[in-house]
Amino acid sequence: MKEQLGMIERHLIHIGFLALAAWLAPVCWTPTVAQTATPAVRTKSKSPTAKWTPPRTADGHPVFEGVWNSSSLTPLERPVELGSKEFYSEEEVAAYTQKRRKEMSRERRDGGAEADLGRAYNEEWYDRGTEIGRNRRTSRIVDPPNGRFPPMTPEGQKRFDETRAWLDKHSTDAAENQPLYVRCLAASQAGPPMLPGNYNNNYQIVQTPGYFAILSEQPHQTRIVPLTQHSPLPQDVKQWMGDSRGHWEGDTLVVETSNLRFNDQSKFGNQYDGIADDNLRVTERFARTAADLIIYRATIIDPTVYTKPWTIELPLQKVTEPVYEYACHEGNYGLAGILSGARAEEKKAAEQNLGHR
Amino acid sequence: MPPKLTAAVAATLLATIPLYAQAPAGRPPRTADGKPNLNGIWQALNTANWDLQTHGPSGGPPALGAIGATPPGLGVVEGGEIPYLPQAAEKKKQNFASRWTVDPEIKCYLPGVPRATYMPFPFQILQGSDSIMIAYGYADAVRTINMGKPSDAPLDSWMGWSNGHWEGDTLVVDVTGLNDQTWFDRAGDFHSDALHVVERYKLLNKDLLDYEATIEDPMVFSKPWKINMPLYRHAEKNARLMEFKCAEFTEELLYGNLRKKASQ
Repeated sequence: MKEQLGMIERHLIHIGFLALAAWLAPVCWTPTVAQTATPAVRTKSKSPTAKWTPPRTADGHPVFEGVWNSSSLTPLERPVELGSKEFYSEEEVAAYTQKRRKEMSRERRDGGAEADLGRAYNEEWYDRGTEIGRNRRTSRIVDPPNGRFPPMTPEGQKRFDETRAWLDKHSTDAAENQPLYVRCLAASQAGPPMLPGNYNNNYQIVQTPGYFAILSEQPHQTRIVPLTQHSPLPQDVKQWMGDSRGHWEGDTLVVETSNLRFNDQSKFGNQYDGIADDNLRVTERFARTAADLIIYRATIIDPTVYTKPWTIELPLQKVTEPVYEYACHEGNYGLAGILSGARAEEKKAAEQNLGHR
Repeated sequence: MPPKLTAAVAATLLATIPLYAQAPAGRPPRTADGKPNLNGIWQALNTANWDLQTHGPSGGPPALGAIGATPPGLGVVEGGEIPYLPQAAEKKKQNFASRWTVDPEIKCYLPGVPRATYMPFPFQILQGSDSIMIAYGYADAVRTINMGKPSDAPLDSWMGWSNGHWEGDTLVVDVTGLNDQTWFDRAGDFHSDALHVVERYKLLNKDLLDYEATIEDPMVFSKPWKINMPLYRHAEKNARLMEFKCAEFTEELLYGNLRKKASQ
């Protein structure tokens, strides 16, 4: 397979396998309707900061209930050449949208047959969004002000480099070396921080007087955030989604999370580099700024990896369709395929070596 | 004791009686919109996950000794027997014989309905305004019950498609779109993808839910049958669901044969 696929990024192979798994196992397949649910950008509507009065729950807080989608063409990091430019103008949006659609498309047919094969699937399989975020931001990272990851600490950088080098050699040795989303244990969408991936960027929020529950379609994980008295877990008990607690600051829900079980195979977003360690803490802010819009912010704090905190902002757009079941593990032919493919390659290489002797 | 003092003592006693005993039957606690308040963390306290029918104790995989043994328990099937069609009864026997390798729970697969309810894990009911979410401690299984206009299952899935409505104070959930991959218990009780489940959740008092599920599957059973059990509220102050993303614990079982050998 290596000969055929050449220089393809490994993660795309993984995604391809997952998509293939989904195709092979119709019961696990998220129907197209959910995948294409990204709402259109409404550049002519009121600016997201315009005052809007939210509906309220019986206990007086804004209602966040419903299904929301975080897909957009907005990149995590701002292109360097944009410097400190935070927003596109309405005029710039159209041109930039075209450019991003083209960049992200798997149907460009601009790299020859090998590249086409490597891109593996056409756009049908993806739900990354077809518009830039409604907040018209040039990047999802809003702090540092240049819209890019802050520098890593020397020890963070060293670990990052070593991890990458090790994974380059060993990621297909065993299931536990694979990224968490391939193992169906965690996903960038579920977070925290909740970062969009290539598809299934849908969330269902349910509010009760004491809880704020966020069901992430990928890979069907529900974070139940207590809003009242709450005893934190002991420091040494970690969970993939951590230990969250929430409180209201006016109409904004603030959620603080610690006890995150981050490992070397975790990533911020499926396709983005970035690491963390046990010191990771995340503070999220949910603000409903329009009938069909939540502005979501998350500040990522990990002093042993990053020299300063960094903050992302995402618009979550209301979706009218329900969230379907994404039964990831049950149809995970991809993981078996990745491992058995690697074993087959090793066997072939060993036979060729024998043949050359 | 003077009568007045008796009354005072009685009043004091009443005041210290737990809340659930004070809530008169038929008048459970309510949400702001007047519906019975099912919010909370609940769990079945029975052995239905081992076997829906009355069973004695039995041994499991030898290496696990007493830990792997099946605890005895009274059945939860109304009338005692599951009305299998003859061929299906044969299949159930085969399932039972191979239960220590074939039960989908071994692979951490989603449990389906109604099994999710009586697995030995807590689950949390989150009663929203237009939908009710049930998040289960086992395998991050979750269902969102649509309380609005009923809609059809778009396709089969592990946890099915749930439409709910209130019949008086009883939450009735109609579940369709269930696939044929799940079992009802570790004893190999099974169903086809024609399964239709109607669940009834009735709050008896603050800490006690009556749970009933009617199971209909003409491919497997000669007639509909019911299970019934109480569900108990986790009353401990710090009750919470914790993550049990058990796929991780099945990796060696499922993919261990594909591990790179040390010699390679």
